[in-house]
Amino acid sequence: MNPNDRPDRPLWSRADLEYGVRLALPVLPGLTAFGLAVGAAATAKGVSLLNSILMNVLVFAGASQLVALEVWPQRFTLGAIAGLAVVVATVNARILLITASLQPSFRGLPAWQVYPLLHITTDPAWLITMRAQREGGSPVSIFLGASVTFLAVWMAASTAGYLFGALTGDPHRFGLDLVMPIFFAAMLVPLWQGARKAFPWFAAGAVAVAVQQLFGGWYFVVAGAVAGCVFAGFTDDSD
Amino acid sequence: MTPIEPADYGPLAAILAMAVATYAMRAGGFWLMTHVPLTRRVRRMLAALPGSIIAATVLPIIVGSGLVAMLAIVTAALVMVVRRNDFLAVVAGMSVAAGLRAAGL
Repeated sequence: MNPNDRPDRPLWSRADLEYGVRLALPVLPGLTAFGLAVGAAATAKGVSLLNSILMNVLVFAGASQLVALEVWPQRFTLGAIAGLAVVVATVNARILLITASLQPSFRGLPAWQVYPLLHITTDPAWLITMRAQREGGSPVSIFLGASVTFLAVWMAASTAGYLFGALTGDPHRFGLDLVMPIFFAAMLVPLWQGARKAFPWFAAGAVAVAVQQLFGGWYFVVAGAVAGCVFAGFTDDSD
Repeated sequence: MTPIEPADYGPLAAILAMAVATYAMRAGGFWLMTHVPLTRRVRRMLAALPGSIIAATVLPIIVGSGLVAMLAIVTAALVMVVRRNDFLAVVAGMSVAAGLRAAGL
């Protein structure tokens, strides 16, 4: 039996909940700028305030919302609605892999708790959780702490962006457009366990760049991530 | 009072369709894994996922946005290696990006 299968640490702990909130803080400036931009894009497309709020709380996946708002139709035929769903599913396909990798960490949780909890999954909350549980924290508590923080800030920022437009001026000037990749790259460091374990990352990066250059679109993250997984699955690191 | 046109529900229907599509991804990955036995190989694959998604997200951004993005991201990673502090790493990376752009790069 694998030691990870034993529920040797409590699922819920107040200290880890607060730790999750704390780990979320470095992401907040970037998330705020992003939320303002998505809110402003909704105004520009004539989406009502109520619908904008609903989209932000029900979809809660900023990159896909921005792409959907770029192609926001004027007439909502069934075809147009299905098209939006496909676009959003494509941009968010990576989340399928993300929640798959959360499953071993969340397996102690009953279904009625885990399925609502999964709705607030985001890339940074997932990375925070993966990193923190490696250091011995309770993944469920840390995930909830970080995710609720992100949801609260996201709703405030996107609503402010809707009402007042993108206030930040030029996010480019302050490097805000690069906050997410910068945070991602920083998260790579605690995940590092030697060059051998990082081979799949190189495979993932190479395939992602190739797919993006050749085809464009939004498939490159999923293509790269699947390549990295398959590489890891079929190379025996025999540790 | 004007009668409500069916078209008024169009944006709402679109938002609900987007929400369903996104939640299907969020619940789907987890649900699939409840039916996959956690063999050593599957564990290896899942363990490679965080780094793989980061590499697959960040590398195309570096290739697409050029020198400023690369220097900012490398700075953040180096600060993280030395100090192990997320906040410091993000601030350092953003400072490099803002500084280089202010310098006209």
